[in-house]
Amino acid sequence: MAVNVADAVAMRSGLQIRDAHAFRPTVYVAALFLALVLAWAVVPSAFTSGSPFDTDIEAALRGPSLDHWFGTDASGRDIYTRVVFGARSSLLIGVAATALALLAAIAFGFAAGLGGRICDGAISRFLEVVLALPGLLLALLFIAMFGPGVATEIVAVAIGSAAGYAWMVRGQVIAVKGSDYVSAATALGHEPRRIVAQHVFPNAMRPLVVLATMGVGQSIVWASSLSFLGLGVAPPAPEWGAMLDAGRDFVSTAWWLELFPGLAIIGCTLAVTVLGRYLQQRLEGRLT
Amino acid sequence: MMARREANADRAKALLRVEDLTVAFGAGRDRRQVVRGVSFEVAPGECFAIVGESGSGKSVTARTLLGLPGASSHVTATRLELRGKSVLHHRDRDWRRVRGREVGFVLQDALVSLDPLRTVGREIAETLRLHRFGGGARRRERVLELLTAVGVPEPELRSRQLPHELSGGQRQRALIASAIALDPPLVIADEPTTALDVTIQAQILDLLQAMKERGTGLILISHDLAVVSRLADRIAVMRDGRLVEEGAVADVLTQPRDPYTQALLDAVPAAHRKGTRLSNVPPRPVHAGHCSEPPADGIVLQADSLVKRFGGPDGVERAAVEDVSFTIGVGETLGIVGESGSGKTTTARLALALLQPDAGTVRLAGERWSEATEAQRRPRRRRISVVYQDPLGSFDPRWTVRRIVEDALPTDVYPDSAARHRRTRELLADVGLGDEHLGRRPLLLSGGQRQRVAIARALAPEPSLIVCDEPVSALDVTIQAQVLDLLADLQQKLGLSYLFISHDLGVIHHVADRVLVMRDGGVVESGTATEIFETPRDPYTRQLLTSLPAVEPEPALGGQS
Repeated sequence: MAVNVADAVAMRSGLQIRDAHAFRPTVYVAALFLALVLAWAVVPSAFTSGSPFDTDIEAALRGPSLDHWFGTDASGRDIYTRVVFGARSSLLIGVAATALALLAAIAFGFAAGLGGRICDGAISRFLEVVLALPGLLLALLFIAMFGPGVATEIVAVAIGSAAGYAWMVRGQVIAVKGSDYVSAATALGHEPRRIVAQHVFPNAMRPLVVLATMGVGQSIVWASSLSFLGLGVAPPAPEWGAMLDAGRDFVSTAWWLELFPGLAIIGCTLAVTVLGRYLQQRLEGRLT
Repeated sequence: MMARREANADRAKALLRVEDLTVAFGAGRDRRQVVRGVSFEVAPGECFAIVGESGSGKSVTARTLLGLPGASSHVTATRLELRGKSVLHHRDRDWRRVRGREVGFVLQDALVSLDPLRTVGREIAETLRLHRFGGGARRRERVLELLTAVGVPEPELRSRQLPHELSGGQRQRALIASAIALDPPLVIADEPTTALDVTIQAQILDLLQAMKERGTGLILISHDLAVVSRLADRIAVMRDGRLVEEGAVADVLTQPRDPYTQALLDAVPAAHRKGTRLSNVPPRPVHAGHCSEPPADGIVLQADSLVKRFGGPDGVERAAVEDVSFTIGVGETLGIVGESGSGKTTTARLALALLQPDAGTVRLAGERWSEATEAQRRPRRRRISVVYQDPLGSFDPRWTVRRIVEDALPTDVYPDSAARHRRTRELLADVGLGDEHLGRRPLLLSGGQRQRVAIARALAPEPSLIVCDEPVSALDVTIQAQVLDLLADLQQKLGLSYLFISHDLGVIHHVADRVLVMRDGGVVESGTATEIFETPRDPYTRQLLTSLPAVEPEPALGGQS
């Protein structure tokens, strides 16, 4: 009986609904890749015997070989080792910046959605102004004021994306607040605090889970961009964006300097996006 | 021999002949048959109605006759002939020639069926243009002709307006105008009046009747036996993809052969069935809760001169509710009936104190209700609960049935989780659901089951009054019958009062002790159900009642004011 209803809906819309449980190789590849990068970040020494700072002028700018899988850079440092060690700061910045952005977004979004007309008006105008400026520009502005470094980079990337999330949270809060189930809970005599905790918060956050997952990928790209511009993690520390920057001058002669850190960035972003989309389908298939 | 020759002659005249039509969706293991061996014929000037509940396959049948069965469908038939020509092997290009010219199609919801960015005139002219009908000037002329023919007032003006600028009835007329633009000999109307108010519905049915009299063959698809009985010559009852019964209107309505047809007819709330059961489901024992004391004066809710105004998009305030007063006694059902926009739902929200009135007061069980603060109201809210039209929207989508019902239990009466769980199971049993539904999410329940969960939740706080806002409007008629019976059983056993809101006069007549007829925010007439339905005083009430199609074998008297 239960299944028939869903079937009938699928039929009426004339759509083929993809089975959320079907085997999808890309999802597995993405999950495996992310697991690998996560392992790099947690225990980099398990994947390589060298140190990311060991220089060897003799072996400078060598192409990929059995000794140096991804080749070596201008100071003779092993690129593979540096990519492995770079995972930590890239992931850290990506996750931390997204988390920080979400926290700010939840604060602003809920204050606007629940705080009454004046509060909503003030926050909405503020968010509109922030949204009108490119996120990267805001991030640059922040770094220009507080100087480069991992902490400022995290905050800078978070500032760049927080307004967008906040706008979405606000919209969700308003939509859920006006829903029949919130008015049903009000009619049952539940306290407003309880209604916000039980209904508004979880339902407003639901679409954000997916968005935030994909946001981690975006943050990784931003963090790398800032490092590439010399505004993030400073060399010689291993960081993918900074490595791209360092290899810039040799791009015509030593392609491996750019290729492998670049692949790491692209791979991470893609994997996170694929997983985010998968999550989205699973959640939607189950809940809406 | 003679008979057969006559039958053959009849067939030669048939506009449409369908024999053993089957439609299946999906492929391989997932293939589902939705239409299973359906056969019928339609003659010119005849109205053939297919009646069935949701999922019966009636709409798929209609769409197949236009070559639009849907994605991944598989159609077979031994015969599918339109005006003597087989259309079984038509390709898209061939179908496009058929649609509009030979078969017109009228859909349920004109607002979504008409292009929102195109004026009504251009929409109709488009059909003409596609079939290369005349030049621009001739087409414009024809559009005005058509709009006049379907009874749209001021056709010049209307043809230059966008669909949202027209009223619901005018939109539906415009849609019909575009369907008959090329004078097709056959028109298929899929629930053409379902989204409309009764008075508008009556006008559209009259329009379809006039088309039929001019010789157009009509296939009418509907869930509503009363609507089709007014128009159809022959009725087919469809269930699970099969025509379980087919025959002349009078025969099907008065001497149904199939038990399902009988159940459908029994399920329709009508005047002579008041106080009887609509479904064949026997009443269940009900677990009494800790019912609160009835108010001393016997009045559960009293509303005095309620006024509520809303600001419109143009900044002008309009009264959604104007000077509405009523009382609801213990164990009584007050029905509020009115067309869309009459202020019924606003009245319900005022009664629930989810809205504050601009003037007037509501008292609940003799105490201040609308004038109290929300904090004062909160502990008393369990005396009044609510059932919405769309149960799915009134449940948190993440919650299971168990959590939905448990959440509504008063914590002081059921403090520990074992007691809550036991009570939840009792409540579900009361509304006819079993333990197997406890862990389900509402999305995976049928419409009727969802509304039962909503009723269980409304019962959980053990209220003395339940506000039912169109509780059966989204349900099939047999399910509606079960839910109405359930509400009646609960009222009888628990002494509940209902504020029952519906646009459906039949339903209101069936459930209500006293009735309030609303129009444009005001009360037009109030009285006992018998007074309102048998001796209506107000002209508007009379108009509503005469517009109401009834399941009658004789054709209803047409042409009332």
